[in-house]
Amino acid sequence: MRPVSEKGAKEKATMDAVAQLQRQLVDYTASLFHEGYLDDQFNQLRQLQDESNPDFVVEVVTLYFEDSERLLNELTKALQQQSIDFKKVDAQVHQFKGSSSSIGAQRVQKVCIAFRNCCEEQNIEGCNIFLQQVKHEYTLVKSKLETLFKLDQQILAARVDPGSHVIRFLQA
Amino acid sequence: MNKLRALVVDDNIINQMIHHRLLDNLGIENQVVGNGKEAVDVHSSGTYFDVILMDMDMPIMNGIEATKKLREMGIRSFIAGVTTRALEQEKGEFMEAGLDDYQEKPLTTAKLLSILHKINHSGIHNFS
Repeated sequence: MRPVSEKGAKEKATMDAVAQLQRQLVDYTASLFHEGYLDDQFNQLRQLQDESNPDFVVEVVTLYFEDSERLLNELTKALQQQSIDFKKVDAQVHQFKGSSSSIGAQRVQKVCIAFRNCCEEQNIEGCNIFLQQVKHEYTLVKSKLETLFKLDQQILAARVDPGSHVIRFLQA
Repeated sequence: MNKLRALVVDDNIINQMIHHRLLDNLGIENQVVGNGKEAVDVHSSGTYFDVILMDMDMPIMNGIEATKKLREMGIRSFIAGVTTRALEQEKGEFMEAGLDDYQEKPLTTAKLLSILHKINHSGIHNFS
C-alpha cells in the first residue's frame, strides 16, 4: 500500500474541492439556461474566450452591466418628465434590447420587446409597469451572472499547481 | 495571401466589442466606428475594407443613409447589413440602399462565416 504523504493528501483534498466547484458551476449554468435567463448567444461569447482572450466573457458582461445601468437611469428620468418623449424612450429600450440580446440575456430582451409596444402606443402606465419589470429582470440576471463569475474565479484560485492548465469553465 | 480587412459600424458598445472579437477570432483585421457618418469619413482618406458590417439604427447617419452614400462614392466593398429589424419592408429598404447581404442580430461566428463565403476574394479559402 502506498504511503499517503501529507502533501499528497492535501493535493487530493484540493482536487476534490475543485471538482466539486466545477460540478456546482456546470449545474448552476445549466439551470440558468433551463430557466431562460440565458440563451445560446451566451455560449457564443464563451466560444470567443481563449488563452489570448482569457477574460472575454467577464469583460463583455461587465461592459453590459455598466451600459445597462446608464440606460436604466436615463429611462427612469425620461419617464418622469412632464411631457414624455416616447420616441426617445423607445430608442433607449431598443438599445437595451440590443445589448441584452447580444450577451444572451433572454428574459431581459423579452421584456424590452413588450416595453417597446407600450412606447409605440404612448401608454404611460404600461411603460412604467414595464420599466419596473425590466429593472427586475436585469437585477436578476446580473446577480446570477455575478454568481457564475464568482464560482469560476474560485475554481481558478483553487488550482493545485499554478502551472497546470485548468480549463476555465467560462470557456466553451 | 492577403489578409481580409473589415469595418464594424455600430453605435452599441457591447456589439462593437463582440463583433470586433468575432472578426479577430477569424483572423480578420478590423476597425470599429460608431455611426454611418464615421463609416463614410473613414473612407475619405482612401482606406479600403473588404467587408463592412453595417448596423441599421444609428444616430447622426443611419445604416441606410450610410450605405447609399458609400455606393454613391463608388465604394464596391461587400456590405452586410446587420440588424434586429425583421420586417420584410424594412429589410427590403435596407437591401435597396446597396447591401450585398443581410444578417439578423445577434451576430455569431456561423453568420459571419456565411457572410465571408459570399465574398469573392482569393484569400478566403481558409474559412470553412
